[in-house]
Amino acid sequence: MAYQSLNTQTEPQTREAARWTGRQHGYDRWMRRLFAISATAVTAVIFAIVLFVGWQGAQTFKDVSFTDFFFSTEWNPSSDNPSFGAFPFLYSTVLLTLLSVVLAVPLALSGAIFMAKIAPRWMREILRPAADLFVGIPSVVYGLIGLTVLVPFLGKLFGSQGYGILPAAIILAVMILPTILSISEDALRSLPGRLEEASLALGATRWQTIWRVLLPATMPGIMTGVILGMGRAIGETMAVFMVIGNSPKIPGSLLDSTTVLTTAIVKDMGNTFYGTPWNNALYLMALVLLLLSLGLILLIRVVAKRREQA
Amino acid sequence: MGTKKGLSLVLAAVLSIGTLTACGSGNDSKGSAGASGSPAASVQPSQAAKSPEISGTVTSSGSTALLPLVKQAAEDFMDKNPKVTVNATGGGSGQGIKNVLDGTSQIGNSDVEASAEDKSKLVDHVVAIAPFALIVSKDVTVDNLTKQQAADIYTGKITNWKDVGGKDQKISLVHRQDSSGSRKLVQQIVLEGKDFSKEGVVQDASKTVAEAVAGGSGAIGYVDTPYITDKVKALKIDGVAYSKETIKGGQYKLYGMEHMYTKGQPEGATKAFLEYIMSKEFQDTQVEKLGFLPANLLSGK
Amino acid sequence: MTKNKLADRAATVFFWAMGLLIIAILAWFLIRILGRGLPHLSWSFLTGRPSEVRAGGGVGPQLFNTFYILFLSLLFSLPIGIGSGIYLAVYARKNRFTELVRVSVEALSSVPSIVFGLFGALLFVNWLGFKFSILAGAATLSLLNLPVLVRVTEDAIRSVPASYWEASLALGSTRWQAVRKVLIPSSLPTLITGVTLVAGRALGETALLIYTAGLSVSRKVPDFDPMAMGETLALHLWYSGSSSLAPDAKEIADASAALLVLIVLGLNLLIAIPGRIIQKKLSGR
Repeated sequence: MAYQSLNTQTEPQTREAARWTGRQHGYDRWMRRLFAISATAVTAVIFAIVLFVGWQGAQTFKDVSFTDFFFSTEWNPSSDNPSFGAFPFLYSTVLLTLLSVVLAVPLALSGAIFMAKIAPRWMREILRPAADLFVGIPSVVYGLIGLTVLVPFLGKLFGSQGYGILPAAIILAVMILPTILSISEDALRSLPGRLEEASLALGATRWQTIWRVLLPATMPGIMTGVILGMGRAIGETMAVFMVIGNSPKIPGSLLDSTTVLTTAIVKDMGNTFYGTPWNNALYLMALVLLLLSLGLILLIRVVAKRREQA
Repeated sequence: MGTKKGLSLVLAAVLSIGTLTACGSGNDSKGSAGASGSPAASVQPSQAAKSPEISGTVTSSGSTALLPLVKQAAEDFMDKNPKVTVNATGGGSGQGIKNVLDGTSQIGNSDVEASAEDKSKLVDHVVAIAPFALIVSKDVTVDNLTKQQAADIYTGKITNWKDVGGKDQKISLVHRQDSSGSRKLVQQIVLEGKDFSKEGVVQDASKTVAEAVAGGSGAIGYVDTPYITDKVKALKIDGVAYSKETIKGGQYKLYGMEHMYTKGQPEGATKAFLEYIMSKEFQDTQVEKLGFLPANLLSGK
Repeated sequence: MTKNKLADRAATVFFWAMGLLIIAILAWFLIRILGRGLPHLSWSFLTGRPSEVRAGGGVGPQLFNTFYILFLSLLFSLPIGIGSGIYLAVYARKNRFTELVRVSVEALSSVPSIVFGLFGALLFVNWLGFKFSILAGAATLSLLNLPVLVRVTEDAIRSVPASYWEASLALGSTRWQAVRKVLIPSSLPTLITGVTLVAGRALGETALLIYTAGLSVSRKVPDFDPMAMGETLALHLWYSGSSSLAPDAKEIADASAALLVLIVLGLNLLIAIPGRIIQKKLSGR
């Protein structure tokens, strides 16, 4: 086949064919340029976002000192003598993200091991698309469930209003579970089979093999999944907004109302005027959010590099 | 001919088809609206005879408290004027004023008066009075609070219902967000400008405040009265319950004037829409049905 | 030895339990959402106009806007996304520029959707004067789609066996010819599956659309005017839950949630799964 078509191309070396080839090379150059422009455009978008949000956020420092914004717990923007301490939001963002990861990781990891090594094949065939499906469920739907099921339940259980970090973390844990699970499963599956075979041949049980050999070997992959999950948890807005309570203070307990960066933004963005210190402070929070997410991406790259070296 | 170029051609084509069909379907729906809307047909001819061509798009945004009224008015108004499209969206009072100033919308709705600086650029239309009420969970035994007590509760000085004559039960506060018009109103009238306590739950809409109060125990919140449901209890303030009469008589002070701002004098469809909202027809029937009070209640006539 | 075996047994039981627990959680979510919402789904709900104060409002315009915004956003982002993906997979050399593009794509994929929303609100709604519109919503949404599309395209093209590519070049074709005639056709199933995932995510987006697409719908259905306000199904779900005065707002929220899940489910069944089967057949042979 290949040999034949090679012949038909080279044999009639007429001028027409040469021109045709020339044109094709022309197209090739043009398309190459177009693709490069597309890639440049993608790069431009992220730079535009960082520059724009950063510039707008930096305006905050005309009215609020750096230490006040990042370390003061006093958030009272609508008062006559306004204060813009965003520390409670930062604190709760970190706490919420960590808690949701702590809740999700054991389950996700066990699930990944189950799916990669234990579950029968037919079950895997069902579970994998199911996990994808759950990534696609809109976050407001998760929020709705949190608001109508989780908040009343926790409220009754603990005799509080039921809003707070705990319901938000539970909802987020369910949301990031499929992400961590599928990435960890891929990592487990991509291990060379001889690793497992060698361990089993040496007389180790399946559990010993998983615990001592497979898990350590897939650690970088699992870490990537966990960090991606954290990224999603940090940036999630609507689902958290519906269940976290949104009062601007450091929470006294896991069932005490508090605010995270995303919900602080969505709460007041629509109502504040462009260019006011209050509005600028919200952009500054968006910048902090952006930098946190970018930090996580850098972390993934570091982890991936280490994986390559290993 | 690359896919890239092909795709961008498709893009352009689809967009232009989109606009074309939009015009086309616009004509269609006019015809069908006239045919199917036969109950409204009695209004239509006379309307058409008086002012033959009202057309255009009116966008209104802002206060979530006023939104039900604007949406209802928009529905009615569009039934009568098939060539007009009224977009009504929320966002909050601040956003309403912001949007009308930057031209994103023609009408900005607000529960509170715009700041002096903004007011100079805007024309104010007071379209309704919105009574507000303090609401509590059903398990709260208190029926009445003095204004001072209410202020002490919301500034965090009083934290237990037994201090205001109820049973020994912790008070859980439900707020609106900092930038809300309702919050500003309660701050001005009940708290006399003092700052709210930071405890409690913050909700971004009147309805979610009512739901949080209904679902909680010992909870108190503030909403405009259309959002009061039978799952919560509205409190009297200084012994006075909200009603048309107590507000008119001046005994009940917790209410807001609902403003619809335009940038300069309204024109065309915007003007017609505002006139419709102010018309006797709408003020006398729909306004009170929606839980608001007519705009002219206080001025007498 | 027996102790080890016992531990192994216990671990197996534990993992089965965990696996079943995850299935139970996911199944409970589905049953809860669909169980609450399906009884309220009806033809009049799917096609009717929303109602503010009366019961019995529908989601016809929202349903249309959801797909229209999705369609437009894919229209904007597919050419650039696929173009960049092809560039990275085929043309890019190992240099600073390539590295920069890669970092940018990853960075873009990590941007929280609310930040996209703020960016879109100022760039499209204010500066470019789109106002609250389907166009502004779709344009902002396309930024969210971009990084995933790039990655999906690159992965799809890389999944084509290298021998196809080499054979094509060996026959004297230019790289563009090889891309167009060999790489794109044979990576199409993977590509479509990927685009489905992107679509699923875009369908449910809320935080980003609140400040760009608005919360109102056009009076006529369908309205293809890209400058009209375009509340989507996910936005309507949020609005019904938080502000709507309609007495059946809760049922509308439940039904909208079920409808959204059904759409995502349908997309997966209709497009992604056949794609996966085709892919398996292609790679199997």
